[in-house]
Amino acid sequence: MTLDLLRFTTAGSVDDGKSTLIGRLLYDAKQVFEDQLEHVQEASERRGGEGALDLALLTDGLRAEREQGITIDVAYRYFATAKRRFIIADCPGHQQYTRNMVTGASTADVSVVLLDARRGVLEQSKRHAFISALLGIPHMVVAVNKMDLVDYARERFEELVADFAGFASKLGAGTGWRRIDVSYIPMSALEGDNVVERSARMEWYTGPVLLDFLEQVDVAYDHPDERPARFPVQWVIRPAAASADYRGYAGQLASGALRRGDEVAVLPAGGRTRIAAIDTFDGELDEAMAPMSFTLRLEDELDISRGSLICHPDEAPQVGRVLTADVCWMTDAPLRPGGRYVLKHTSQSVTAAVDAIDDVIDVHTLERSEPPEELSLNDIGRVRLRTSAPLAFDAYSSNRRTGSFILIDEAGNGTVGAGMIAGSAA
Amino acid sequence: MHAVSVATRPQLSHLRALESEAIHVMREVAAEFERPVLLFSGGKDSIVLLRLAEKAFRPAPFPFPLMHVDTGHNFAEVIEFRDRRVAELGERLIVASVQDSIDRGRVVEETGPRASRNRLQTTTLLDAIAEHSFDAAFGGARRDEERARAKERVFSFRDDFGQWDPKNQRPELWNLYNGRINRGEHVRVFPLSNWTELDVWEYIDQESLEVPSIYFAHERDVFRRDGMLYAMSPFTELIDGEEVITETVRYRTVGDMSCTGGVVSQAATLDEVVLEIAATRLTERGETRADDRVSEAAMEDRKKAGYF
Ligand SMILES: Nc1nc2c(ncn2[C@@H]2O[C@H](COP(=O)(O)OP(=O)(O)O)[C@@H](O)[C@H]2O)c(=O)[nH]1
Repeated sequence: MTLDLLRFTTAGSVDDGKSTLIGRLLYDAKQVFEDQLEHVQEASERRGGEGALDLALLTDGLRAEREQGITIDVAYRYFATAKRRFIIADCPGHQQYTRNMVTGASTADVSVVLLDARRGVLEQSKRHAFISALLGIPHMVVAVNKMDLVDYARERFEELVADFAGFASKLGAGTGWRRIDVSYIPMSALEGDNVVERSARMEWYTGPVLLDFLEQVDVAYDHPDERPARFPVQWVIRPAAASADYRGYAGQLASGALRRGDEVAVLPAGGRTRIAAIDTFDGELDEAMAPMSFTLRLEDELDISRGSLICHPDEAPQVGRVLTADVCWMTDAPLRPGGRYVLKHTSQSVTAAVDAIDDVIDVHTLERSEPPEELSLNDIGRVRLRTSAPLAFDAYSSNRRTGSFILIDEAGNGTVGAGMIAGSAA
Repeated sequence: MHAVSVATRPQLSHLRALESEAIHVMREVAAEFERPVLLFSGGKDSIVLLRLAEKAFRPAPFPFPLMHVDTGHNFAEVIEFRDRRVAELGERLIVASVQDSIDRGRVVEETGPRASRNRLQTTTLLDAIAEHSFDAAFGGARRDEERARAKERVFSFRDDFGQWDPKNQRPELWNLYNGRINRGEHVRVFPLSNWTELDVWEYIDQESLEVPSIYFAHERDVFRRDGMLYAMSPFTELIDGEEVITETVRYRTVGDMSCTGGVVSQAATLDEVVLEIAATRLTERGETRADDRVSEAAMEDRKKAGYF
């Protein structure tokens, strides 16, 4: 059975029901592992459970870790249905964990934002929606949970949809972020309404239940509109064996498609050639598409090494050493103008100097502030950077892989920032 | 327009998508580390790692050696398979022996019927990493095996004592991995982080990879302890009341004989194994690794000590 793979992130304020929702998905999707059920049984007794299986216990590991103070982090969960394989990036709902939400969102195809039907659209829910848009997640599902506590009332659901849609509309237009399509599903994770099975108590809702939505949403690797080809070279394959005059440029296609015989350009160094062959361990391909990994053989000997980017000449990305980007700051020591970091972009690492910080984004109002002194932990702001060598890049809103980078502390080696390129500062 | 319109483009199967991601991880390590090593135990996960290395680096040889941390208490079938497979690949195998560590007084052999060399492997592994100054070690660990691993990184940072500290782990975004370390530190790399046990078996099936025979149903002398079936071996010490029985079993993991439990099974072919796993609800760890049943914290503590 060939399935395909969907990654989605879940976010919500504490007690919105995220653990229960994930537990319900796993439980009803018949993928719960019996030994975990055993743990649940024992844990239920241990906590004097009222006998009814407490679904949230299935993912209480996240909450237990919260109590133990282990650094709160993104937890990855896995399940499958007959149609699709899923990876959940389960982000903690805490106020100050923007960096975990950004991490979980970076690879997600879908963002599931939880709302508690009684408490409504909290500041946190807006933050989750904003981060999903900033990180370019094409689809968002607003799970309006705990409908059982508002008598499954259609009016309440529609009230929350209007409230949230007002905010979500500000996310799309004009902000340079990718347009995201938003769906709304009324559900009760605890009672199992509209998560996997359709609710008998909300006939007025005719849209898909959550699992149907997740099984059908397109997992188009890149944004629905066609993507130009971007092939960052990771590794040059040149067997020392005398017989092999083989020279191959290996990597993972970040977006688009390449065909044998295509004319290609090599950036940033420059130069043009043609694709002689697309090699894989299982033989040559006539065509390759993202996110395949393969090895290119080219007709001409050009100056190509790790960090080079191969693309079609008429669809070249920007090349330059000056970038503006929205940066999420991920460490205690603040980001200040003049700071120097290692910047890793696709398969290239350069040094980057911070020329200026233009603003900090208020994640609730989406307003951009006056230029601040610095960015502190969990801040997201527009930063202007200069790199030691030219990069071949795209704006993040058009390409999540060639538009993103991480900042690494030169001394401590930690990953201290995540950047989404807004466009060249020139 | 060159690019094929997305609408007409077939989706990559989940196995091809997982494979492509793992190949990318392996090439990042080859490019960014001086002395990587691939930990090969003869088990199903490391067998998949070998095939992924072929996909990542052929027609050139692997840009790193293989290493087996040998407890000396392995199933004979596994050692035979290990040596044959390495020879077929034409790659270099380093064997780091727990027995040597014991002889050199680096670790003390456990005694008693429940003794196992499982925990001693950490010292042997860390000594070997230091001795060969490896700075990256590929392992077959998967997040899906155990809840304590749900947050594990693909690049799992270890300090100069080989220790894993949750506060030192780096956030991993997009497919950008930070491999910067200081001398004496190393990174454990887990290309199979996003694979489930079922994915591993389906991949073995798809690539028709050979695996040690003990993964398939076979008759064997075993004894029952703590609800598990253990193989009789030269190192077995029965507790009174335990008796040797002949059973048709198979093993879901190929660890140290003294602490790897078998399951009663008739699954003799790959398809039957895949079907059995798809139907089984027990995660491999929960069911067959004795010391993991001790407590979930056990996994966390041993990871801190650099066990895997
Ligand atoms: N009535 C009701 N309670 C729910 C629902 N979903 C979750 N809860 C309860 O809300 C509390 C918090 O749920 P939990 O899943 O731990 O929230 P989390 O902090 O977002 O993971 C628990 O007591 C759940 O039983 C729901 O749909 N209806």
